[in-house]
Amino acid sequence: MEGLDTLRLTAREAKKLLVDGEISSAELTKAYLDQIAAVEDRVRAYILVTADNAAKYSTKVDREMQAMRGPLAGLPIAVKDNMVTEGVTTTCASRILNNYMPVYTATAVRQLWDDHVVMLGKTNLDEFAMGSSTENSSFQTTRNPWDLGTVPGGSSGGSAAAVAAGEALWGLGSDTGGSIRQPAALCGVVGMKPTYGLVSRYGLIAFASSLDQIGPLTRSVYDCALLLRHIMGKDPHDATSVTAPAPVDLPSAERLDGLRVGIPREYLAVGIEAGVRSRFDETVALVEELGGSCVEVSLPHTEYALPAYYIIAPAEASANLARFDGVRYGYRAADAGDLLTMYERTRGEGFGPEVKRRIMIGTYALSAGYYDAYYGRAQRVRTLVRRDFDEVFAEVDLVASPTSPTVAFPVGARTGDPLAMYMSDLCTIPVNLAGLPAISIPCGLSDGLPVGFQLIGPAFSENRVLGAAHALEAALGFDTAPPFRDAAAARVTGAAGHESAGPAR
Amino acid sequence: MTAATDAIVRGATRDWEPVIGLEVHVELDTATKMFCSCAVTKGDPPNTHTCPVCLAHPGALPVVNQRAVEYATRIALALNCTVRPRNVFHRKNYFYPDLPKAYQISQFDEPLAVDGWFEYWVGDEKLRCRVNRVHMEEDAAKLVHAGGEAGRIAGSDSSVVDFNRGGTPLIEIVTEPDIPSPAAAREFLQQMRDLVVELGVSACTMEEGQVRWDANISVRPVGSGELGTRTELKNMNSFRFLQQALESELPRQIAVLEAGGRIDQETLHFDPDTGTTTPLRSKEEAHDYRYFPEPDLVPLVMDPAWVDEVRAALPELPAARVVRFMERYGLARADALVIGGPGALARFYEAVVAEGVDPKLAANWTMGEYLAHLNAAGLEPGHGHVTPERLAALVRLVADGVVSTSAAKDVFAKMIEERGEPADVVERHGLAQLSDVAALEAAVAEVVAGHPSQVEQYRAGKQQVLGFLVGQVMKATGGRANPKLVNDLLRTALDR
Repeated sequence: MEGLDTLRLTAREAKKLLVDGEISSAELTKAYLDQIAAVEDRVRAYILVTADNAAKYSTKVDREMQAMRGPLAGLPIAVKDNMVTEGVTTTCASRILNNYMPVYTATAVRQLWDDHVVMLGKTNLDEFAMGSSTENSSFQTTRNPWDLGTVPGGSSGGSAAAVAAGEALWGLGSDTGGSIRQPAALCGVVGMKPTYGLVSRYGLIAFASSLDQIGPLTRSVYDCALLLRHIMGKDPHDATSVTAPAPVDLPSAERLDGLRVGIPREYLAVGIEAGVRSRFDETVALVEELGGSCVEVSLPHTEYALPAYYIIAPAEASANLARFDGVRYGYRAADAGDLLTMYERTRGEGFGPEVKRRIMIGTYALSAGYYDAYYGRAQRVRTLVRRDFDEVFAEVDLVASPTSPTVAFPVGARTGDPLAMYMSDLCTIPVNLAGLPAISIPCGLSDGLPVGFQLIGPAFSENRVLGAAHALEAALGFDTAPPFRDAAAARVTGAAGHESAGPAR
Repeated sequence: MTAATDAIVRGATRDWEPVIGLEVHVELDTATKMFCSCAVTKGDPPNTHTCPVCLAHPGALPVVNQRAVEYATRIALALNCTVRPRNVFHRKNYFYPDLPKAYQISQFDEPLAVDGWFEYWVGDEKLRCRVNRVHMEEDAAKLVHAGGEAGRIAGSDSSVVDFNRGGTPLIEIVTEPDIPSPAAAREFLQQMRDLVVELGVSACTMEEGQVRWDANISVRPVGSGELGTRTELKNMNSFRFLQQALESELPRQIAVLEAGGRIDQETLHFDPDTGTTTPLRSKEEAHDYRYFPEPDLVPLVMDPAWVDEVRAALPELPAARVVRFMERYGLARADALVIGGPGALARFYEAVVAEGVDPKLAANWTMGEYLAHLNAAGLEPGHGHVTPERLAALVRLVADGVVSTSAAKDVFAKMIEERGEPADVVERHGLAQLSDVAALEAAVAEVVAGHPSQVEQYRAGKQQVLGFLVGQVMKATGGRANPKLVNDLLRTALDR
């Protein structure tokens, strides 16, 4: 269909067009496939575009609309390539899973398929979701549609960039320490990490099991709630999943009357960029204009959250990634001769440097004699971080902060400095440690690049978080259409050189 | 004498006593695996009971089998353990092709149950062994190595993995080092196996490795309160080999210590062909398993009311049954252990007794002919053509003097052969005891006439010859003569 603005269309609007018969699912799907054809060579959001399947399935949905009627039927979606999809290769952006064909489908994706959602493809990520820029992908670096010389953030940079670039109506990501919210912030879209346990992790290729959570990346807060409603729920296959105490509502709030918002002083003391700080302060003022009140609060153990995270997450990852041993599936080094050599070469050749770094950190942290000093202590810090939030939420309804201390940074700027990269997640990591819900919404631009505003709520307060975000979003009036600026391209031409070819299809 | 004093080994310099602790692994007979819904099976074609979870495909997650928790709890309660109100699964990390996740989900410092004990008999002595813990875990898959040294991965041409067994629920029972001798260790394990079978949680089939043991052994000077350095014998599944392995390890340790040496803490492999142990790996090479709490599972919270229900539903345990058999049926302890230990045999025996026959006679026949028959035919107690009713009928025929004991053994054999009732067999084969005095007097007269020299000896005072002459009469009557009657008639004839 001509004239469909995929850079601005929300799922809510698309659904109305479908229901009103203004457009077919095939036409809607084709609009995204056309946009992919137009910009994907510059954005590189997808590891795999399942164009044929998407076209066929959307036609089938149109033909069988009666039988397939459902709240999300016919709406196209992009799925981060760390969720297994039966019959569609799933790589986790790692050589070790190159060409891996799953035999089952992740529960969250399965629920969408059962709702007759059309899958456009599998999106890029940092290998095994370890990173904040997608530069750790073994296959390609995704570019930020706001400035193609900058990163989209990570690790769900592929889904965030696909949504921002109009290459997807909406997308699924996963968030272990900010992997949905930080790329959402950098790409000017909405991203939410739900309360731990709200969405099944079954079929999400584990990075850090006690922190991972699947969530939506969308163009609006309403869409975010709509998608969350269809992926959440207790799953018999995931013992850590839970039944939400209340359903997630579609938000409609326009005011924030009576809402008490806490601003943690520790989050603003950590080198927030001036432009980010300005947009944040303006948004805080907006909260008060809408009837809310903002107070400074303290989360005193914030400075220990990052180190604790970089013990717990690698420790869990070191065990989670041990199954990639070349025995049953995935990459296996050829002609290794004996078992030990096979293990060493398979894993040595199959994993990228950041993944290896974290496996080594995690293995070390769990070693005999170091467990108490590292893993044990990190878990105690985690308890303290959680307690900080408990105490603050006795005073305020929500906590607000910038999502990321900076806007999108140039490709290659932080790849040589893992610690600088880790700092990208300073404001998002404590939320995962505490298992809380948090959303990032775009709150304006700084130097032409989007700034994210994060709202954090107590466990299972999704409705409160989404409601406040919805009211703010309306007041902010952010235009989600990116300019595909290429201003930074000149200064990063060298960076493109280290990209390897995409995986064999 | 006690089991402990019996086990003292006289060395060149002093007397030594062994100290033994055991780890018992039991595969549970649940319908499905520990963390997925694949069927637990035996003998099916390889890799026919697998799924993303037990193959450790990316993204797959474990879910605890509730029935396995119930079975494990039964074992824990039967071993007098305290079931902990909250217990936690841990990951035990190591790489091996039979462990698809490269970690085993097991329990570590917060196991299902702790601090129990198990009482077992060694001869007439009742020993108590403290149980340190009972925990739950999952079994590894089965590796088959082709080429190279038999059964070892090193040097083999290729190895294949059968994941059918992978993820089978496994219980580990860890004892304190309370077992005083290799023989006691064997008794412990046999009686522990009876207990587990009785609980209905595992058939404990030895050939299929459903029950396996590790043994820790050290020695110390008699009377010393200290524990010596131990060695570990891994993964045995034969009572006899376990006892042999411990018996061969004992003198080796004593010899090392008496020569002024030191025992290395190491894992040993026992070769039943040579009867010797060889080191598998030393402490320095021991794995660092990097245990940490399994984040994919939530801690198990044990509802005390549910634990009480499981406790109330426990069957009569073998130890209590042995005592009951001694008290109610007047059986000797050794006999009560043989019959009362294994549940299926005990139930068979009680069904025989319920027919109203003499319990001791019934015990003799159950332990004797019947058990021999089961072993020969490879049958479980209660199976086959010898029903409790039939065995009781046979016992009654013996008690009533209808058949002699020796003829009754023939009747037993023919009962199986012909699948018949004992009375019919006796009838059909004319095996009834001859108590017709006139007929027997004739046979006696013939034997007396045919053996003049033996008769002379007897009359000269050599009483033992009587037995020979009785035998001759029995022979002449095809074993059917009533031996008591023959005895009486012979004496009368000879003393005449």
